Amino acid sequence: MKRELIYTGFERFWHWSQAALVIMLALTGFEIHFGWGLWGFETAVHLHRALAWIFVGVIAFAIFWHVTTGAWRQYRPGGNFIAMVVYYAIGIFRKQPHPVRKTALSKLNPLQKVSYLVLKVLVIPIQVTTGFLYYYYNQWPQLGLEWSLGPVALAHTIGAFALIAGMIGHVYLTTTGRTPLTNLKAMVTGWEELEAD
Amino acid sequence: MKRKSQLRSGSMPVLLVVMVFAMAAAVGFGEAGALAADPPDYSGQSVSSVAGAVRGRTTADHSQFEELQHEFPDGPAVTAACLSCHTEAAKQIMKTSHWTWLYSTDGDNDRSDGQAGEVFGKAHNIINNFCIALPSNEPRCTSCHIGYGWKDGSFDFSNELLVDCLVCHDRTGSYKKFPTAAGHPVYEKDFPDGREWPKGSGKTMPPVDLTKVAQNVGPATRNNCGSCHFFGGGGEGVKHGDMDVTLANPHRSLDVHMDVDGPNFDCTMCHTTKEHDIAGRHFEVAAYNERQFVLRGVETNLLACETCHTNNPHPDHAKLNDHADKVSCQACHIPTMAREKATKMWWDWSKAGTRNEQGKAFAKKVDVKGEQVMSYHTKKGEFIWAKDAVPEYIWYNGTLKNQKYTDKVDDVTPASEKCDHPHGHFDYLDESKPVVYINRVHTDHNDPAARIWPAKTHRGIQPYDPVNKTLVVPKLFPGDGPDKQEAYWKSYDWGRSIQAGMDYAGLEYSGEYGWIQTEMIWPLKHMVAPKEDALSCRDCHARDGRLAALGGFYLPGRDYSALLDWLGIIMILGAVAGAVIHGLARAIFGRKG
Repeated sequence: MKRELIYTGFERFWHWSQAALVIMLALTGFEIHFGWGLWGFETAVHLHRALAWIFVGVIAFAIFWHVTTGAWRQYRPGGNFIAMVVYYAIGIFRKQPHPVRKTALSKLNPLQKVSYLVLKVLVIPIQVTTGFLYYYYNQWPQLGLEWSLGPVALAHTIGAFALIAGMIGHVYLTTTGRTPLTNLKAMVTGWEELEAD
Repeated sequence: MKRKSQLRSGSMPVLLVVMVFAMAAAVGFGEAGALAADPPDYSGQSVSSVAGAVRGRTTADHSQFEELQHEFPDGPAVTAACLSCHTEAAKQIMKTSHWTWLYSTDGDNDRSDGQAGEVFGKAHNIINNFCIALPSNEPRCTSCHIGYGWKDGSFDFSNELLVDCLVCHDRTGSYKKFPTAAGHPVYEKDFPDGREWPKGSGKTMPPVDLTKVAQNVGPATRNNCGSCHFFGGGGEGVKHGDMDVTLANPHRSLDVHMDVDGPNFDCTMCHTTKEHDIAGRHFEVAAYNERQFVLRGVETNLLACETCHTNNPHPDHAKLNDHADKVSCQACHIPTMAREKATKMWWDWSKAGTRNEQGKAFAKKVDVKGEQVMSYHTKKGEFIWAKDAVPEYIWYNGTLKNQKYTDKVDDVTPASEKCDHPHGHFDYLDESKPVVYINRVHTDHNDPAARIWPAKTHRGIQPYDPVNKTLVVPKLFPGDGPDKQEAYWKSYDWGRSIQAGMDYAGLEYSGEYGWIQTEMIWPLKHMVAPKEDALSCRDCHARDGRLAALGGFYLPGRDYSALLDWLGIIMILGAVAGAVIHGLARAIFGRKG
């Protein structure tokens, strides 16, 4: 075993800011949708809008970082995806070893690669696009759009449910490391004990 | 002149002292002081401050006019005096709907035949669900006509002397048209001790001092307009859900523009007037078509809020401004209707005619939020009132389509099967029975001119002809014509009353009558509240909010797909359940291993 810096400072900042933003966007968004009475409609709308703009800023930084550092390659799909599914479905209960070795150069397993790719290129863009369309509904005529608000609003709602469900799965799977808190600690400190070569 | 000479002989020293002080004040206070330097003698006047205000706004002091220094036997005599200087005034009035009770879509309201446009009006074809219709009931209805003596079809609409100048220009507050005298007030020559009203009450309306009124005329105030418009439908607050006597001297929370301690607007501030033609909506002709800031002096009316407030009235709140494409200012800024006095919501004529144990007509009252209102009257039937109530909301583009005398009614389709039937908080209709729309919006969410608008909807039950399928014109008020015995308020016989009304109006009547539910929309636009009382987002952006019944569009916070919400919730619960089961399984098998 050797101790390695697996998540850089930016990655950790990026990860946790996204976590906080998604949770807050979900809470404010569902306040608007369901009327829970957490903040009231008006405050929830203002918060949701401000959080959305912060999210856009974070996304812009993240894209720049991933492009300039080449870290985007981490998300290229590859490896034995099926093996991961089989491991989580069967192997994990038989104490079989994890099918993929985590290294600083390849820190995502094949299932993570696919999930995060879908998140980054599908779910988040859908949420950002529908969110901005929703907020700037009044400018649709200038944009030449002749849609009605309903489908856009419903798509945004579907995306929100999907994000929250995905997040629950994600949080649960962090407990499947060497110990239940290994992965969480790594994402906080950046350092993780990895198998030696 | 009598009054002036008294002043000179008796009050001269006092006047001199006053003038010295007033001139000193004029130096200090400019214009206000200059007015005080010329103290008017309005002794014995009940509303002297109002008359004083007239002097600040006009260049003429009518109390000095020779033409007005004598006794007047009646209203037309005063009009003759007015017209001796204001040569065009009556001609102007005669072109307006205040005189004709007609409105032609081509803008030509004179009563000659052959108009190019479509003509609407009480005097022609319009019916309502309050006192129903004008023909055969004139002397009562025309107590709110801007003329003298329209008691039947023989009224001479071309006689300038019959124009009533005083009802709009009296600044003493003492000029009142008698309720059943076809537009005349009480005259000294006929009723030196006053005339009893209401009949049998023992109370009297005193004769009007026409000389005093004529000497104290000025631009129309809220009181002048209100002397009729606060009482539409035959009583205070009956017809409009946003007009009653409280608007004569409103405080800020009732009307932020008319606030007596604030801007103190008169009606004519927005209802701008040109040659006596006062801006407003006329049935199917909208009050305005443009919604934009207007430079003063540009020839258009100022009825749209935007003419003063611009299209972006909320500073630093772009999202509120965004609402203006589909939401009227009134929707949020008139949070409730009839805020201080109740308004009538339901009038069931079919219940009229019940007498008390002595066989006499009677009235019942009921308490509505601390106010006593009439819930039953033998002459009129059953009423329901509302006060400080949430309005209904409609898509409205400024025009309403009206049911006319001869328009056919659908007396078969139940209200519940009409998809455009608006449902409201005061919906006392029997949904299993038909409903006739006395007036109707004819627009929807897709119309760029339409806005969500607050409205009072007045519903009721009134007589109709089930054979010819039209609403009918009953003769209610007896008057003193040859057919007065036919009036419902004398005979209590609907058959005779309707026959007489229809004959008078020259309309076809089968001789059979039935009862039908009706509904009439009154868009709200007065009683604009201050901003702190405006609605908040959740009033509408909520699943059971104020707009719950307004369809045709997606409203955030109100609308959702139940299927999608359930799928989403199942998805989240599934993720939680999956994590729990998987985690438990790991714990169990892990221990075994």
